[in-house]
Amino acid sequence: MQTVLSIAIDALAYGMVLFVISIGLSVTMGLMRVVNLAHGAFAMIGGYIASYAARDLGLAYGFAVLLAIFGTIVIAVPIERLLYRRIYGAPELTQVLMTIGITFCIIGIANYVFGPTLKTVPLPSELQGSVDLGFRAIATHRIFAIVCGLAVAAGLWYAIEKTAFGVKLRASVDNAAMAAALGVRTEIVYAVSFAVAVGLAAFGGVVGAELLPVEPYYALRYMVTFLVVVSVGGAGSIPGALVACLLLGAIDTTGRYLMPEFGEFFFYLAVIAIICVFPRGLAGRAKG
Amino acid sequence: MTMTTTNDMIAASPARRRFGGGDLIGLAIILLVAVIGYFLFPNNLALLTRIIAAALLVLSLDLVTGYCGVATLGHAALFGAGAYAAGIASAHYGINDPLAMLAFGIVAGAVAGLICGVVILRAHGLPQLVLSIALIHLFHEFANKASSWTGGSDGLSGIAPTALLGLYEFDLWGRTAYVFGVVLLAIVFVLLRLIVRSPFGMLCRGIKEDPVRIRSMGASPKIALTKMYVISGAVAGVGGALNAISTQVVGLDSLSFTMSAESLVMLVLGGTGTLFGALTGTVVFMFFEDVVSAANPFHWLTMVGALLIAVVLFAPKGLYGTAAAFVARRREAK
Repeated sequence: MQTVLSIAIDALAYGMVLFVISIGLSVTMGLMRVVNLAHGAFAMIGGYIASYAARDLGLAYGFAVLLAIFGTIVIAVPIERLLYRRIYGAPELTQVLMTIGITFCIIGIANYVFGPTLKTVPLPSELQGSVDLGFRAIATHRIFAIVCGLAVAAGLWYAIEKTAFGVKLRASVDNAAMAAALGVRTEIVYAVSFAVAVGLAAFGGVVGAELLPVEPYYALRYMVTFLVVVSVGGAGSIPGALVACLLLGAIDTTGRYLMPEFGEFFFYLAVIAIICVFPRGLAGRAKG
Repeated sequence: MTMTTTNDMIAASPARRRFGGGDLIGLAIILLVAVIGYFLFPNNLALLTRIIAAALLVLSLDLVTGYCGVATLGHAALFGAGAYAAGIASAHYGINDPLAMLAFGIVAGAVAGLICGVVILRAHGLPQLVLSIALIHLFHEFANKASSWTGGSDGLSGIAPTALLGLYEFDLWGRTAYVFGVVLLAIVFVLLRLIVRSPFGMLCRGIKEDPVRIRSMGASPKIALTKMYVISGAVAGVGGALNAISTQVVGLDSLSFTMSAESLVMLVLGGTGTLFGALTGTVVFMFFEDVVSAANPFHWLTMVGALLIAVVLFAPKGLYGTAAAFVARRREAK
């Protein structure tokens, strides 16, 4: 029972971190139809900035998180302007190559600037330790990650379903040309959602630094995990991404607990099985 | 629209010719470059043999990516399967004849190609890509965990190929391995030229252009692509076996995501959809890698990334494709 509960909590926390990082990827992929393999690299940049701010500059955790989000956006927006702009609507292979090239560059530069070691983001004292639920103590950080995930999910749901921007966003996802013809400035929609996506990736990278340690190969190591979330959940679908994250978090965590030797093996096997059964994702739209 | 592209495509490529003068010239160029390489770098034949093994992998990738339009980031699985099969045959079963090891590599590569093909072709677009990445990680994990067979992260050693045809020992300078590699590459090149020009090869190109139309014509895209995947696996298996025979060790890196990504980079650098493009890309990339990583191994990944971005932005057809287009324009202008 104890094991089941700790697996459940860890799986939930891991799934939520995955969700925060990959939801941005899902939205931009649904919107811009760009296979963005560099998304994990942006999460990694966020982690590095937060680590630098909190550990080396000694800033408060909350401030480090904000700095990480804005810093990553500042780095990412010129990349979007200069590089991504050119591959919208390009064949998939081109997009894969461009974004993997960006990933390699970022990994190389991170390795050069920060060195190959693991970087930690020191937690404030409030998030260390654990909360006693009466029958079981849970690490506060796990709860924090879960709360963050829920808050992001709720915030995005509200922004997309209830605001004017959300209406434009959904219109652009469904049919960008028609939305543009009706007066939606799709370029602005694209730019804003790209920035939000990158910011969320950075946020997830910082919050999840305990679960997905920040190191130069972060971007490659978790690339497949983030992409899996999107392809399993279906690009552009928030509920799909949420379900996919919880499912994959559960599979991965259970595998690690019960069969630490073969954890990764079963994770990839499960991924292949899920995609083979649902080639369009759990909540997939008809066209990909 | 689709009709004109299909017709253009068929008109543009002389499908009726089985093996023409252009192919002989290509073969001559490959052999010439091989001879020049032999005399230019007599002390570095191991590198040249590695380039040939990589070229076989990239040719194999070109078959599925360039000719069939399947974007995959997991093609090293086929190469690694060939390498490990040849290695295991020698290290665990005492099958040390190079040609027998090669046969094992080809069969294992083809089987891996069949598995990967069946799985990868189930999806399209992003899920397809994810499947290919998951597959290469799965193969990698499997080889890592089955360490009693594969040596795990230490690599598989104890491969001791006997003399080729009972006549030529594999010497310390790698001369035999190099000649063996060149002969294999030449044979594979000729066979692939025939395959991509055959009706089957044209069918695969047609599927790349317009799968719906091919289906309405009564052909099954999936079966054709799976066949191509098996052929591709056999070619990659040749490369893997050559690598195992020449270096006498098989490491986990032959099944890695990085290897898959690099082979894709080589292909795109040279130009997809032409066998010469695949060869050009491999040679340029491997030499570049040798020079840069000798100078500073830490910046290698950054350089690859920058190279990729530059190719996508400035030479989307690759080196060979851009050069060929330039020559064609010049010819038209005359």
